[in-house]
Formats: sequence, C-alpha cells, structure tokens
Amino acid sequence: MNRILPVLTVVLVIVVLWYAAAVQLNKAWVYDQAERAGEPAPGFGALVGLTMNQDRPVLPTPHQVVVELAKSTFGMAVTSKKSLVYHGWVTISATLLGFVMGTTLGVLLAVGIIHNKAMDLSVMPWAIASQTIPILAIAPMIIVVMNSMGIQGLIPKAIISAFLSFFPVLVGMVKGLRSPDQMQLDLLSTYSASQGQTFWKLRLPSSMPYLFTSLKVGIAASLVGAIVGELPTGAVAGLGARLLSGSYYGQTVQIWAALFAAALVAAALVAVVGAVERRTLRRMGMAR
Amino acid sequence: MAEPVIVARDLNLVFQTNDGPVHALKDVNLTINKGDFVSFIGPSGCGKTTFLRAIAALEHPTGGVLTVNGMTPDEARRKRAYGYVFQAAGLYPWRTIAGNIRLPLEIMGFSKAEQEERIAQVLDLVELSGFGKKFPWQLSGGMQQRASIARALAFDADILLMDEPFGALDEIVRDRLNEEVLKLWARTGKTIGFVTHSIPEAVYLSTKIVVMSPRPGRITDVIDSPLPKERPLDIRDSAAFIEISHRVREGLRAGHSDE
Ligand SMILES: Nc1ncnc2c1ncn2[C@@H]1O[C@H](COP(=O)(O)OP(=O)(O)OP(=O)(O)O)[C@@H](O)[C@H]1O
Ligand SMILES: [Mg+2]
Repeated sequence: MNRILPVLTVVLVIVVLWYAAAVQLNKAWVYDQAERAGEPAPGFGALVGLTMNQDRPVLPTPHQVVVELAKSTFGMAVTSKKSLVYHGWVTISATLLGFVMGTTLGVLLAVGIIHNKAMDLSVMPWAIASQTIPILAIAPMIIVVMNSMGIQGLIPKAIISAFLSFFPVLVGMVKGLRSPDQMQLDLLSTYSASQGQTFWKLRLPSSMPYLFTSLKVGIAASLVGAIVGELPTGAVAGLGARLLSGSYYGQTVQIWAALFAAALVAAALVAVVGAVERRTLRRMGMAR
Repeated sequence: MAEPVIVARDLNLVFQTNDGPVHALKDVNLTINKGDFVSFIGPSGCGKTTFLRAIAALEHPTGGVLTVNGMTPDEARRKRAYGYVFQAAGLYPWRTIAGNIRLPLEIMGFSKAEQEERIAQVLDLVELSGFGKKFPWQLSGGMQQRASIARALAFDADILLMDEPFGALDEIVRDRLNEEVLKLWARTGKTIGFVTHSIPEAVYLSTKIVVMSPRPGRITDVIDSPLPKERPLDIRDSAAFIEISHRVREGLRAGHSDE
C-alpha cells in the first residue's frame, strides 16, 4: 500500500500537467476557429471544453489517447490493419528475432574476447565504434542493401535490432565472464581443470546476474531498433509504420497511441526478462 | 621409516614487480615427511602463502629444487597429489554443499556413483552430514569452511594444504575446528601443510613447526614437536606446550630483530 500511494501521486501529477499542457497547446486552433466564424473568443470554461476532444490536436489529451489505445487494441479484429495488436505483433516478432540474434552475437563475441588475446584487443573498439553511429543513419542502408538482395520484411528489421542489442550483452558478458576472482580460478587450477571446464563450471554461472542485467537493456534496445527499422521502409505494418502514417496524416492521437503501445510493449518485454531472471537466479541459489 | 613427501632444496622465488624484485622465498630448505602435520608461522609477508602455492604449482620457483612425491609440483598436481584450502571458503553460491564437493570430482571424471559415495563420506568426515542439500549462504562461516575442507578431501589426495583456513573465524569456532582437523588427520593419515598466524594453533596442531621471517622470506627455525599424537584441548596448559610456544615466540622475535 505504501508503495502504491507515491506511484499514484506521480501519475496524478503527470495527468494534471498533461491536461494543462493540452489546453495551452490546443487553444490556438480554438481561437482561430472563433475568429474565422466571426465569433468572440470563448471564455476559459468553453475554451477548456473545446480543447479536450479535437480531431487533430497539437497535443491529444490523456483520455483521447486511452480511448484510441483501447479502441485500436480491443475494438478491432486482430487481423485488421487498424489493430494495434496486429501492428504490435509485427514489431514484437522483429524485436524478438533481433534480440535472439543480438544476444547470440554478444555472447559469442564475449566468449571470444575472454579466451583470445587478439580478440580482446581488437573487438571492443569496433563494438564501441559501431554504437557511436546514429542508428537512424544506418537503418535505411541496411534496409536498402537487404532489399537489393531480395530480403524484406522481418529480417532487415531484426538485423537493426540485433545491431543495437548485441552491445549491452557483449559488455555485460565480458564483465560477467571475468567476474570470478583469482582465488576461484586458482582453485580450479589445483584440480588441473581445462579451459572448457573453467568456462562451463565457473565463468558462465558467475556471469548470469550480469547477463540478465544486459538482457533487460538489450531487449529494450531491440524494440527501438525494430521501430526505427520500420520508419524508412514506408513499411505498412508495425508500430513504427503507425507512427509514420500518423505523422503523414497529422493523426496525432494515433501517434500518441502508438507511442504508448510501444512503451507498454517495452515494459512488458523487460518484465518478462525480469521474471525469467528471478526464476533462474533463485533456482541457482543466487537470488538476492 | 620417514618417507619424504615434499622436499625443498635451496628454493628461491622472486616476484618481479613494478617496484623491483621481491624476494618472497630465499634459500628455503625443508623436508616434509609422510603423515607430518606442518605449520608455517611468521609475520605477514614472510612467504608462507607463496611457499604453499609453490608446492601447489600455483607459483613457480625461480631457483632451487622443489619436489612433491618425487615429482615436480606441476606433475604432482596433474596426479592429484594435493587438496588446497584457501583462506576464504570460496564455495560456489549456485551449487549446494554437495554440489560444491562434487566440483572436483566432476572435473576429475569420477563416475556418478562414486561421486555420491565420496560426497557422503567426506560430509561425514567434517560432520556436515545432512547439510548436502543446503546452499552455502544457509551455513555459518565455520560450516562453510568445513565444507571447503570436505571439497579438498573429496578426491582423496595424500597431501592437504591449508592457507589460514580459520583466519576469519572467532576463537571458539576455531578451537572446535582445530580439534576436528586433528581428528581428521588422525583418521586419514594425510600429510598436512597449514599456514597460521596463531602460535597456540601452530603448537596445538603440528608435529613440525616452521618459523619464517620476512624480507627476504626465509625459514629461521624448524621445531619438531614432542607432543603426543593424541591431543585434548587442555594440553595447551601443559609444560611441554608452553615450552614449545616459547621457542616459537623466540624464533619469531629473532626473525624480527635482525631487520
Ligand atoms: N603475485 C605476487 N606478485 C608480487 N609480489 C607478491 C605476489 N605474491 C606475493 N608477493 C610478495 O611476496 C611476499 C610474500 O607474500 P606471501 O603472500 O607469501 O606472504 P604471507 O606470509 O602469506 O603473508 P600473510 O601472512 O600476510 O598472508 C610479500 O612481500 C608479497 O608482497
Ligand atoms: Mg598469506
């Protein structure tokens, strides 16, 4: 209970500020209309009423977004092009595929880095450099290049996701695989353990808490990658496509609904990883 | 007939550090016989850990000869000549106590049935039967350290090397564990190398006490204890015990004064 109260307070404050901002930002249109109709400018009460439910508000009000979100999530057949469930699934599938690819790549590179001096010295700078390139700059190139190879749809988006999500996994796993202290490594050398045994029995289990922390960052990055991957294609499906078409037609309510849908998907994905983390670490006796 | 197990002849070990060479062991000569209980005592930095690690092939001497069971330490390690107990228990938090003891057995390729048999046996030896399914954090520090001794005993090496295994424990727990180690030694007949900072602990446990002094790390005295093998805790009030303690203390002081 004493955790719900502060959360509710913050939500309430945000909603109030949001409504205030909506009135402020949407009133220009109301004054404009009144002037064209040759009517006097409406008083404050009327003004508030007229800013609440505009068709194309500068800033949609919270209830407009919620209604749109509910309508396009529950009010449509999931196969409909207007259904957020449909678009959400398109994005999530690319996110998940990209996440798996990125995680695999990140883990493999990390394993290489800790076992191979040359990789240790060479891979990290490139990995860091790769993340300094704005994703918006390379996403179109990936899409175009893949397209010219006849690959469209899911795969190019997943590659962009993987491009963003491999990095946190790589960094976390290098740290995690190196986390065993010298004493634990010495213990294994007193058993004359091989490199492989050291990896499977010590390094990998030690890295689990680091891995899961990275996975949470990675899956959120994957979602961003998938959405960004949907922008430059003129893609017809996916949350990114909803954002894009919304902005083409000035459908601000649609944009905001898609934004919230993306945020909810991100929260859900991170929560799923968190749940797997708790289960795994508890089963390993490492829960804290 | 005394059968030498660990032999050091003019052993030297120099660490190259950024501040120049550190002479951790200088001209060390020592013979440890089968079934000996040898304590290494001396001020911090006198090379006790280094010597133990050299026997375990975790450090490599820069001069002289060191043999374990007549082999080089590296060969001896590959033949599983010794079990090593570190100052911290260092149990894997993701393995149960039984799982931790199974670790060396898995690595050394014991069969499943034999693993179970040995785990039960060493748990009994350190009086932790019934705790096999517990995780390390569910045990007290003393119990964890006993589990780590069980882990070192599991593959039944002839030599047991212990580096301040009870250093982090309080005196009451320490007394009890010392008694248990003696019992264990009597039952198994292993050769034990034991590093400690405590004079009573060294005298109580050992058949041979090696007094060391630092800069450079070297042996200043080797005392063969006349105490009987059977040692109740109150032996520490006996005249013989006090006399040996005195000699150890003198040895330590001598090592300090010629700096
Ligand atoms: N890996 C290393 N690199 C460089 N110097 C080292 C290394 N290990 C130990 N030394 C040095 O060798 C000397 C002996 O160290 P050692 O750890 O053997 O001492 P110790 O007798 O075990 O001391 P303590 O009672 O504090 O554990 C010290 O001067 C130490 O600084
Ligand atoms: Mg030491």
